[in-house]
Amino acid sequence: MKLEVILSGFGGQGILFAGNLLAQTGMVADYNVTYLPVYGPEMRGGTCNCTVIISDKEIASPIVKKPSFLIIMNYPSLVKFLPRLKHNGRAIINSDLVSSESVEDLEALKKKYRLYFVPVNSLAESIEKPFLANLCMIGAFYKITGLFSKEQFKKALKAILGEKKAHLFEPNLKAFELGAEYIESHYSASKKGKCKSRK
Amino acid sequence: MTAKKRILVKGAEAIALGALKADVDCYFGYPITPQSDIPELMARELPKRGKVFLQAESELAAINMVLGAAATGKRAMTTSSSPGISLMGEAFSYIAALELPAVVVNVMRGGPGLGGIEVSQGDYFQAVKGGGHGDYHLLVLAPCNAQEQYEFTARAFELAEKYRNPVMVLSDAILAQMKEPLELKKLKIKRYSVEEWALTGAKGRPSRFIRSLFLDAEELKEKNLTLQKKYKKMEKEARAEFIIEGGEEVIVVAFGSMARLAKEACEILKQKGYAVGMIRPITLFPFPKKAIEKVLEASAERPPVFIVPELNCGQMVEDVKLCVEGRAKVISLPYPPSVIPFPEDLEKEIKKCLKSSSIRQRA
Amino acid sequence: MPEKFFHPPKSLKDTPFHYCPGCSHSIAHRVLCEVIDELGIQEKALGIASIGCSCFLYFYIDVDIVEAPHGRACAAATGAKRANPDMVVFTYQGDGDFGAIGWGESFHAALRGEKITAIMMNNTLYGMTGGQASPTTIPEQKTTTTPFGKDPSESGYPLRAAEILAGLEGVAFSGRFALNNPKRILETKKAIKKAFLAQIKGLGFGFVEILSACPINWKMDPISALKRVDELTQVFPLGTFKDEVKEGQP
Ligand code: SF4
Repeated sequence: MKLEVILSGFGGQGILFAGNLLAQTGMVADYNVTYLPVYGPEMRGGTCNCTVIISDKEIASPIVKKPSFLIIMNYPSLVKFLPRLKHNGRAIINSDLVSSESVEDLEALKKKYRLYFVPVNSLAESIEKPFLANLCMIGAFYKITGLFSKEQFKKALKAILGEKKAHLFEPNLKAFELGAEYIESHYSASKKGKCKSRK
Repeated sequence: MTAKKRILVKGAEAIALGALKADVDCYFGYPITPQSDIPELMARELPKRGKVFLQAESELAAINMVLGAAATGKRAMTTSSSPGISLMGEAFSYIAALELPAVVVNVMRGGPGLGGIEVSQGDYFQAVKGGGHGDYHLLVLAPCNAQEQYEFTARAFELAEKYRNPVMVLSDAILAQMKEPLELKKLKIKRYSVEEWALTGAKGRPSRFIRSLFLDAEELKEKNLTLQKKYKKMEKEARAEFIIEGGEEVIVVAFGSMARLAKEACEILKQKGYAVGMIRPITLFPFPKKAIEKVLEASAERPPVFIVPELNCGQMVEDVKLCVEGRAKVISLPYPPSVIPFPEDLEKEIKKCLKSSSIRQRA
Repeated sequence: MPEKFFHPPKSLKDTPFHYCPGCSHSIAHRVLCEVIDELGIQEKALGIASIGCSCFLYFYIDVDIVEAPHGRACAAATGAKRANPDMVVFTYQGDGDFGAIGWGESFHAALRGEKITAIMMNNTLYGMTGGQASPTTIPEQKTTTTPFGKDPSESGYPLRAAEILAGLEGVAFSGRFALNNPKRILETKKAIKKAFLAQIKGLGFGFVEILSACPINWKMDPISALKRVDELTQVFPLGTFKDEVKEGQP
């Protein structure tokens, strides 16, 4: 098993945090992981992406030409990375910023890839935590891939937040759950393609 | 996979943790991207342990603070990135001449000049040739992941004391900025006695001095010969990762970040049925000649082609050529800063080299 | 046998000086060693030798000594002292080493209030390399690199290190002294002692600038060179510019 994930969005959307968290969770779930941040000079508003690789073998290259999974937070990221997605690859797309109507040749793309449109901004806003859209994405990722358990995620989240930000644990978890539930209720058919959770 | 206790850290942090594991006494440094996570971690951790952290006014001052602390037998280190390392060149030469132990980490970025902050291996020459004036060498270790950055940095202190010579850990922007799991293994880092030479005050013994100035020609010659003997002795520290089964047509030689990309490219090639092997030098000085010799001996009839991809304009390839001594074809695959190849691109390039060289072999 | 009441200092090695006749280094070495003896610090002293005529410091002074690259003595001293707060660390440098190539390291060590002692021998030029101009070369002075006399509007004004460092909070003692008559020698000795006490008492950076004679490069006989030191005091006034060291108290 090897999953190459590129997370991409605007600076300020919590891309690096999400990537870091994903890598941490992968590690807690006993995988080998790499997390390679790449970001523009702009701290806010610029494009921002990072690469997370999760594998049960040693990971050689930390950079990836053709990722097998995309987490797309905005339209420019879709334009930039969708063409690089591996055949049969999967992508979670922030449908609040990238409506399915705005995607050209959607039907053709759907044949090649498995696309999940999740309104992560709205989900996060529903709990009055608009900055936690990234966590909704992780929740969706969890449900789609089944690479790790919720317990493992919680452990990783706790480690990343540390003591200083421990008060953010509950809201983060809530956002995660919203993302997972959205996949559960809208894409339950995709359960077939789900990877087995590690024992 | 058995569950190990691991933490997810940046390579730069792994370097700092390795130094702490080796019980470093003093850290002196100056901020520069992409290695500032190291001084930042040191600034938090060293004072807690009653050890010294000092941000110097320049890299020049930092390395000379290392010199001063090292002269008293303390474990001292500095870290920097390419332009800062250039500034330290003079002091490397002095520290080597004074035969003091010291650890230096270079998190390479693109050059020349101010260059950029992206990954590069452009300081290979500088590292293996010493970086300063005169006939001397640094012992150079080239890690390729967080775990090695941790372990090699710790080990560097032992080697520095063993040979009383500066040791450089050569990292780069990718290795330092990437996060990977790190197992905080117990490491046995030997502490060599410094009693024989350290300047700790002339108490109960005659006073000592450590110098590098020898105006007498004979003395200076002797000094140089002693140093050369030491570098010869260091050869037994030469190490390489050897991914070779025998019968390879191609041997890829790569270190550091590039080795990670090359390993993946080799995997792809193997899956496509090519007979590809790989040598990853772990020490860059001394260069692991024996690894190359071994391959050549095993394939005297039909030597493989050596392909040397590097994140620079072709530096380590010269050392490979020196080892091969014309017995096989050596091809350089240079990637200047900012032109990081994906493994797939590298794989294509290697295939291209193969084609052109086999045509030539047949001709 | 008559009683012997005059001894060379214990910490001065019995080695003939290689310095030119009339050079101030020899006297400065001796005075420094007397202070080392009187403070009883020979066994915990570390000297940082620099590059210049005094680079062979270790042949004369009987304490542990390491050689630093040109100008970096105060950085090396910083490293040694930080690593060993109980040691007494001093540098011995020329005006070129301390004030030109090493000014950054010297100034910042003083600015940080490093608990070290720095001695700067100011003979207004580079002695070892044959008398080139340094930052302390005075206006109109002829050197091999200011053959028509130094024009400050072109080559810069003389560096008054003692006054500048006296203005820094981290400095506990700073002054300029000379060695061209017995009284001044005694004053220099007192100053060196205070500059050491500044470090020993943990007060801060101790600095002593010493106007020194370089008869060879001044192209003078030793007596005239001593007289010239008097003239130099017009550009480089003697005196203590900062003294936070109260004597007596340990
Ligand atoms: S050149 Fe000048 S400073 Fe040097 S030893 Fe001779 S007199 Fe002294």
